[in-house]
Amino acid sequence: MGDDTGLMTVLLAMFAGAIRVSTPFLFVSLGEMLTEKSGRINLGLEGTLVFGAMSGYAISYHTGSPWFGVLVAGVAGSLFGALHGYLCKLPKVNDIAIGIAMMLFGTGLAFFFGKAYIQPSAPRLPALSLGGWSDHPGIRQALEINPLFLLGVGLAVLLWWALKNTRYGLVLRTTGDSAPAALALGININLVRLLATTAGGFLAGIGGSFLSLYYPGSWTEGLSSGQGLMAVALVIFARWNPIYCFWAALLFGAAGALGPALQSIGISRGYHFFNAAPYILTLLIMIVSTSPKRSLKGAPGELSITK
Amino acid sequence: MTSLAHQQTAPSRAVGIETLGMTKVFGSLTALDDVSIRVAPGSFHALLGENGAGKSTLVKCVMGFYQPTRGTLLVNGNEETVASPRAAHSLGIGMVYQHFTLVPSLTAAENLVISRADAPQVIDWQKERQALSDFLQTTPFRVPLDVPVSSLSAGEKQKLEILKQLYLDQRFLILDEPTSVLTPDEADEVLGLVQDMTKAGDLTVLMITHKFREVTSYADEVTVLRQGKMIGGGKVGEISVADMSTMMIGETQIRERAARSQTSKKTLKLELAGLFAENNEEAPAIEAISLKVHKGEILGIAGVSGNGQSELIEVLSGQRIPSDGRIFVDKKPYEPTRQHMDQFKVFGFSEEPLRNAAVPRMSVAENMAFRTFDKSPISPFKGWLSPPPMRERARELISAYRVKTPTPDEPIENLSGGNVQRAILARELSGTVDILIVANPCFGLDFASVAEIRAQIMDQRNKGAAVLLVSEDLDEILELSDTVAVMSEGRITYSSPIAETDRATVGHAMAGQHA
Repeated sequence: MGDDTGLMTVLLAMFAGAIRVSTPFLFVSLGEMLTEKSGRINLGLEGTLVFGAMSGYAISYHTGSPWFGVLVAGVAGSLFGALHGYLCKLPKVNDIAIGIAMMLFGTGLAFFFGKAYIQPSAPRLPALSLGGWSDHPGIRQALEINPLFLLGVGLAVLLWWALKNTRYGLVLRTTGDSAPAALALGININLVRLLATTAGGFLAGIGGSFLSLYYPGSWTEGLSSGQGLMAVALVIFARWNPIYCFWAALLFGAAGALGPALQSIGISRGYHFFNAAPYILTLLIMIVSTSPKRSLKGAPGELSITK
Repeated sequence: MTSLAHQQTAPSRAVGIETLGMTKVFGSLTALDDVSIRVAPGSFHALLGENGAGKSTLVKCVMGFYQPTRGTLLVNGNEETVASPRAAHSLGIGMVYQHFTLVPSLTAAENLVISRADAPQVIDWQKERQALSDFLQTTPFRVPLDVPVSSLSAGEKQKLEILKQLYLDQRFLILDEPTSVLTPDEADEVLGLVQDMTKAGDLTVLMITHKFREVTSYADEVTVLRQGKMIGGGKVGEISVADMSTMMIGETQIRERAARSQTSKKTLKLELAGLFAENNEEAPAIEAISLKVHKGEILGIAGVSGNGQSELIEVLSGQRIPSDGRIFVDKKPYEPTRQHMDQFKVFGFSEEPLRNAAVPRMSVAENMAFRTFDKSPISPFKGWLSPPPMRERARELISAYRVKTPTPDEPIENLSGGNVQRAILARELSGTVDILIVANPCFGLDFASVAEIRAQIMDQRNKGAAVLLVSEDLDEILELSDTVAVMSEGRITYSSPIAETDRATVGHAMAGQHA
């Protein structure tokens, strides 16, 4: 095997891997972006993601329809989001503390109900083969793309447009940036935040179902490994912009695909180190994009981390 | 629509209101006591009074934030009950608040469109922009529409706040201290434009203020409130400023202005040499600040808020690391550490002491011991605290500075604003003070406290302290300073001995005109 083909294989594997691995990041970060735009932070999305993975897998196993599983995972996620949104509106309740509690609650509940689904195999989501034009088996394999990824891309563009061009978008940004201004406009702040957190939970649930129903494609307790939390860092890195969320998710996906891609051409040295790439990337991004000397640019003014 | 209804009842577009025996009782406190005022359509009415005089209560009753305990409100001669701010808006009554209610990250155009109750679900920006520029043609105000509000100047924001009310077709505007964050020139521009609109009969204005200059230059009529009661009022021009002032303050004993004693010899005390620092956005906040303060001198730094004053104060008090430059005290290098502050006797206080200079939930005694808790007698040996001497010391200070507190153990947040500031003053000024750094010391305080605090600052100067006073209140600067400097966009743009300058020159320099 020559160096050129080796490099080609790694790049193709990373490209395919980036698309696969980025999809849950994309959904969770879009959800977190929506929530944070309303002025609250939901750290519980990690729990929502894991519960979405479990419930989606379970429903797909019982009904035989993976898409129904995706929907149920979204609905379960929105229930978690709604609970977070409701609890945070109570007086003297801190959204970050509630988020951590919801994270533990979500994962705990998923592990409790999920014990029965570790063994059985459920129908998985189909992929679209977009590589039919090529003879190269590597390219054809790399272009096996899940519809959820395309849906996520479309959603990022839609959200980017809607934040600027719709009444709901302006109301959401107003609520997240200045609660007094929102009150003066007669906006029900708690309702906006409840809905935004619920929608955010819905997206995180879908992100979770992708994990168990497509890639890696089965339900295990170590499935998420902190992706819901990394999405919070990703949203900060993406400066609360849906389009940047997409690029950041792709970057995280590529970092996550690095280890397996290198292994596919037989480089297994430092496999665990390369698998840790997304975590190292998170750390680096947080160091580079924050500083004690300045506040975060573009951050919604009502966020408790920026106040 | 609403404007049509008004045109039927009033000859002009402006709305007039009248309150009859307006009274508001909160528990045992009568915040507003039988106040009747008449604001004719197309007039510019000023509402004068100290903090807590009932001005806000009155306008909140008009706006529907509060329901009056007794009394009626007439709008264009018809009796109305205003249940909520929304109801007030539908009567054409709008309010511009002291703090901006614009959304910082939205553009001016977005702010205007979203303020409309009937904002469309999907916004056709081309159409909206056309409508907005057509609307702007009908008003004298000019504001850039397409940049985020956070990058507008204070004057532009205030214009946009007024524009927003006009855009919503509110033809009775309540302005709550509209010029408190503006330069004198910006204030004149905004109030002048508003005055033109009232003269043309397009608008009625009720302005809350405590600046006599604005009353005499712009208002037609004035009403003075004190302790919830209407004390007097009438046509501007028929009442002298002295009368208005007496009506506002009443019989309160005000401490005499401390006399400025002459200092003959100039000894350099504090020197800032080329200080640079960045703000939280990592943009330059202060640039090349070089200042000298001598013994027995008050150097007053005037400027509109947000021109780097708070960053300068933070650098001097050790809360912000300068990116370049040095500080010298007695020609020796000075770092704002606890050790150096103690060694060089550097003290200071600032606005909103509960936020900037006190720990709200700690007791008055503990707060008063911040400078001394690690020294004998409060700390008999290293690392130990002895509460009885601390309480004893606090008791002395409380009586010497007349801090009204039930006990020294009361959490300081339970004290009134004036008393918190006096407690901090007691902590900072009771020893020997060589250097005093003061920022907006009288912000939000009542007349008696203001006079007292200014007198204390002057006392320290007379005793030989070098005082650096940063204030957004130009009158305070002009009253206290020996030397006036102006800070604009992070630089010192003007500096002069007080005898060789005047209000207008300083005001122009504040607006960034280097004259």
